[in-house]
Amino acid sequence: MSAFWAIVGQEVKLATRVGGGGGLAVFFFLVAITLIPLGVGPNMPLLAQIAPGILWVILLLSCLLTLDRLFQTDFEDGTLDHLMLSPLPLELLVLAKVVGHWLTTGLPLIFASPLMALMLNLDPRHYPMMMVTMLVGSPALSLLGAIGAGLTVGIRRGGLLISLLVLPFYMPVLIFGVGALRAVLVSAPGDLALRNLALLAALSLLCLVLGPVAGAAGLRANLR
Amino acid sequence: MSEFFAMGGYGLYIWPCFIATVIVLGGLALVSWLGWKRQTALFERLQAEPSPAPEGPSSVVSSSASKGV
Amino acid sequence: MKLSGILLPWVSVLCVGLLGVGTYGALFVAPADYQQGEAARIMYVHVPAAWMSLATFVFMAVASALALIFRHPLSDLCAKACAPIGAGFTFLALLTGALWGGPMWGTFWEWDPRLTSQLILLFIYFGYMAIWSTIEDPTRAARVAAVLALVGSIMVPIIHYSVDWWNSLHQGPSVFREGGPSIHPDMLWPLLVMALGYHAFLIAVLLVRMRTEIIRRRVRALQLRRVGGLA
Repeated sequence: MSAFWAIVGQEVKLATRVGGGGGLAVFFFLVAITLIPLGVGPNMPLLAQIAPGILWVILLLSCLLTLDRLFQTDFEDGTLDHLMLSPLPLELLVLAKVVGHWLTTGLPLIFASPLMALMLNLDPRHYPMMMVTMLVGSPALSLLGAIGAGLTVGIRRGGLLISLLVLPFYMPVLIFGVGALRAVLVSAPGDLALRNLALLAALSLLCLVLGPVAGAAGLRANLR
Repeated sequence: MSEFFAMGGYGLYIWPCFIATVIVLGGLALVSWLGWKRQTALFERLQAEPSPAPEGPSSVVSSSASKGV
Repeated sequence: MKLSGILLPWVSVLCVGLLGVGTYGALFVAPADYQQGEAARIMYVHVPAAWMSLATFVFMAVASALALIFRHPLSDLCAKACAPIGAGFTFLALLTGALWGGPMWGTFWEWDPRLTSQLILLFIYFGYMAIWSTIEDPTRAARVAAVLALVGSIMVPIIHYSVDWWNSLHQGPSVFREGGPSIHPDMLWPLLVMALGYHAFLIAVLLVRMRTEIIRRRVRALQLRRVGGLA
């Protein structure tokens, strides 16, 4: 288990030091959000209305942007071969990588999200719910992304292929995440927000199993 | 007859549907069939060519290489 | 290879026959729908295509699972050959769905849950085919594609369900609603014959494509040997 946390720690260390590119996803999030008012006009009521969808779509894209480096750098400098020979099961290795990715991409994005929500005129009362949906949903994004990264490791132009493979699988996450946030936003009757959130949590749990298993299978397929 | 083709005013939608089905399915079958034809032709040409006998050139190469060494 | 050679003409004839009879039934025998009028005839090409788009995916996933477990090369070929056919069916379902939506909804594209799931399914087929076309080594491509197909087989029902859920939040029930068993028998049999014809089509084209793949591998082996011999 110590090996597991060692990999997680290394991932975080690599991303946070100079040249690691840890903040790039947040920066992308910010820049992409800026595009929206420029595109649809500075119409504050309209922005408030479409804010949940926009925030989630751009969260998805920001996550996607960092995925192609998940295994690729380790593959290129040979670290991945060493890691695969270690006694740690490959599934756990993938999980460690995902935890590292989530800590350095998902979590900063969630912390930055109130700023983006402010720019999109989302009612501040809904910030907690927004952050909760992202907290529950973003692990699924990293886990599903690990499948795509594992399947495309070592492929030329793999980064483009990842988007094509992973985005369709992201759609349920988007639907339930936005669903929960919108239900609060329009104060839908009943426990609609809670039901969306429960479905989102179920999806994240399913991906917790699927992600490491399929990601490891992808790595094996590519490297043996 | 024209009544049949008009399909109660929906002919504009129904006929493209059936035509599209014919084109897509027929095209799929045709492309697959042409691929089969091309590969078999290629295969037969490769086999018919005065190909290097089972251990013809490779043995020559290896012997010359050993000579070089 | 031999078996497929014997089977192929029969399946092809069966396919053409079934599709011919089904088309005749759809256009001449089946009565017009009391609600949608003659436009309901689109059902006979649309619904089987939608069924087959999913059935082909299931078939592809099963072949992929067999390929991963037993490493039988034929199941790789089968899964690979399924993808373009499945994508064809999915595209057809989308196209005819849009043409059906034209008169029924007044617009060609509606974010109807079934159309939306079909669109996402088409994207997944494209992703699967992209794997085969970007990875050069066939054995590696086969394994990667098989993993993707299996992940897809888990995710496709979830996507389908989530899109239904999403739609229920945003709009009322859709226009498409098959009558179930209460459908008129003269409308049912052309539909079933068409569906069988589509199945025969899948098998026939699958056989052709698999044979092509086998030959392609032989050609590749010959070429490799030649290059190896000349080098």
